[in-house]
Amino acid sequence: MPHRFSPFKGRPARALAASAAALLAATVAAACGSRAGDESAAAAESCLDTSGDTVAVGALNSLSGTMAISETTVRDAIYLAVDEINADGGVLDKQIEIVAEDGASEPTVFAEKAEKLIREDCVAAVFGGWTSASRKAMLPVFEDNDSLLYYPVQYEGLEASENIFYTGATTNQQIIPALDYLAETGVESLYLVGSDYVFPRTANAIINAYAEANGIEILGEDYVPLGSTEFSTIVQQVDAADADAVFNTLNGDSNVAFFREYSNVGLTADQMPVMSVSIAEEEVGGIGVENIEGQLAAWNYYQTVESDANSAFVEAFKAEYGADRVTSDPMEAAYNSVHLWAATVEAAESFAVEDVQAAAGGVSFEGPEGTVVIDGENNHVSKTARIGEIADDGLLYTVWESEGPIEPDPFLEGYDWAADLTVTE
Amino acid sequence: MSKFLQSRLGTWSGFAAAALVLFGLAPLVLSGFRLGLFAQFICYAIVAVGIGLAWGRGGMLTLGQGVFFGMGAYLMAMHLKMADAEFRGGPGSVPDFMELAGIRELPAYWAPFASPVFTVAAILILPTAVAVLLGLAVFKRRVKGAYFAILSQALAGAFAILLIGQQSLGGFNGLSYFRYFFGFTINDPVNQRMLYFITAAALLGVVAVALQLRRSRYGELLVAVRDAEERVRFLGYDAANVKVVAYAVAALFASIAGALFVPVVGIISPASVGIVPSIMFILGVAIGGRATLVGPVVGALAVAWAQTALSEQFPSAWTYAQGLLFVLVIALLPGGIASIPALAKRLKKTRTASTPAEATA
Repeated sequence: MPHRFSPFKGRPARALAASAAALLAATVAAACGSRAGDESAAAAESCLDTSGDTVAVGALNSLSGTMAISETTVRDAIYLAVDEINADGGVLDKQIEIVAEDGASEPTVFAEKAEKLIREDCVAAVFGGWTSASRKAMLPVFEDNDSLLYYPVQYEGLEASENIFYTGATTNQQIIPALDYLAETGVESLYLVGSDYVFPRTANAIINAYAEANGIEILGEDYVPLGSTEFSTIVQQVDAADADAVFNTLNGDSNVAFFREYSNVGLTADQMPVMSVSIAEEEVGGIGVENIEGQLAAWNYYQTVESDANSAFVEAFKAEYGADRVTSDPMEAAYNSVHLWAATVEAAESFAVEDVQAAAGGVSFEGPEGTVVIDGENNHVSKTARIGEIADDGLLYTVWESEGPIEPDPFLEGYDWAADLTVTE
Repeated sequence: MSKFLQSRLGTWSGFAAAALVLFGLAPLVLSGFRLGLFAQFICYAIVAVGIGLAWGRGGMLTLGQGVFFGMGAYLMAMHLKMADAEFRGGPGSVPDFMELAGIRELPAYWAPFASPVFTVAAILILPTAVAVLLGLAVFKRRVKGAYFAILSQALAGAFAILLIGQQSLGGFNGLSYFRYFFGFTINDPVNQRMLYFITAAALLGVVAVALQLRRSRYGELLVAVRDAEERVRFLGYDAANVKVVAYAVAALFASIAGALFVPVVGIISPASVGIVPSIMFILGVAIGGRATLVGPVVGALAVAWAQTALSEQFPSAWTYAQGLLFVLVIALLPGGIASIPALAKRLKKTRTASTPAEATA
């Protein structure tokens, strides 16, 4: 066996260190980019080419990882909308081509793929994202490259980027109507249960402020790590607190464990109803209808909404993807987002980002949930709030809905009791 | 060939070739976006060099490098957020994400990160010190093998959970939206190229340090500890100290990589520091060849590149392709990519020695 290590001592080390230092110095000296305070050097020019018969858009959803189960449904809705528009002659007489990418349930991958779609595939707009973490990761990419993201999921508000169109609900279109509904039905005390991340924490901050202003007592506020399935302690506390209702901001698998435990200890919707904001048609099956029948949810859309647009949407979706599939709120918002983008491009008569931004305010689409209109001030859309009750067929049926669409108010500026929640500049 | 690589001339030509590729070829052929992506992969490669030292040479299966990677990343991210807040609202301003989370007062532990010097010192010292303390606690008790691996992995899991609970560190969303890197605007393409150069230089520096450690007496001792810890102890050495050094160096490398990752990628969140990313780090090293100097670098780059290329090609089926690739490499090349030259040589030798006259031992 040969001696594998030559007994080098100091010299090569010193020489290597010196050369490394020289390299570093050279690279730093070579840099002469803009510094803080300079008028920002123009961001990378868009490579969008609209001379051909087609225009590319991106579909960026998690097709692998923990979020895949939810986000693949959104992708299906995006494809459906694009097919419809193409069958109808396309946008500005161009057929839409989808470039699909996998966000892999990881914020860094979302940022990477977003940049790839913008800079390599030269897409006119990107549709997708689900978690707030993924949106926060993509936001600087879309701003720096001056491109457009259509984000289709309800979220915690407190954001308004010129480069993002938010087609899901913000808090005043989901959480606050849910609280109004509970207050209307005589609820005077609440117990809050949520996953430990930004949406539940923000939602509960809003709920606490609302409760204080409206004389509702908060009997407890518990958080579990995302994905946690251990609920015996929390459900016992909920049971002992004997609140009038539970406000549930749990996400994903935790709901399954929570509701199983909830019905295990004998709690029912009649005794202590649970208002959930992350349980839609897709999730009910996983939880088991028997565990969740009669409980409440707050969204803007259910498969059972009665309108011509919705019948057509549900029919087209089932024809494309199978009769056993269901449609849900985020899917509907994604479907709307593609149509809203197309309508805006038609109104602007241009695919260019600044033209689309300028033309967006007031653009409307007759969606399955009703008419949605883009608010030019904050790039959100007006939406009808609906409280649904879970029935034994696994679908949700509207038990209450707002009088017409609610204007988006992501920073809750129209609510006096919310003044302390946000720092306005 | 391997003799040549171990000679001084070989070392220098190896570094020169690497520098040529990193500083000349890559910026020439890659678009701005691809170069940024390459910088991200290089960050993984820097972590891999450390793992190559601790695991390949020292036998410590460090399944939790995400902890040190995350420390470096969060320390850097805190400085960038502070600098950003200061630039927007003057000294003492609260970073934007805290305003949204309803935090009005800057938490005390954030304040020192307004200083770039403090931040860089913290990135270099803090993770290293944690690794030394941890290493002393573990190796002095002679915890090794699978027990050490499980421990380090649990640490990565705990670290991610801890971060998710910290609203003042961005919680589950982590920290993002960085505008300036030590006074330079990050979204300027020229500065992005500079970031790439700094990252590439860091990789060369880290490889040089690892090379020197391998060739020193310490490097021989480390291998001896890996192969026969009891004998080394019998000879009068404290095997624990030998291991602690390699572990701490690996932690330092991971921290540097994390600190560079933040301005390059633009976000750090618990998803990038937990168990899964920690395993991805190890995977790159295993595929490249853990015991070699260049193997971990090649492996980390190859795994990251394959992941991106496969997912761009087959967005909904790439995970299967990636899994298959891992299985094939580990089944057919147990020594990793770096063992290909040696394998080829052995193959040639057996062919020439097919007349069994003078087979060399």
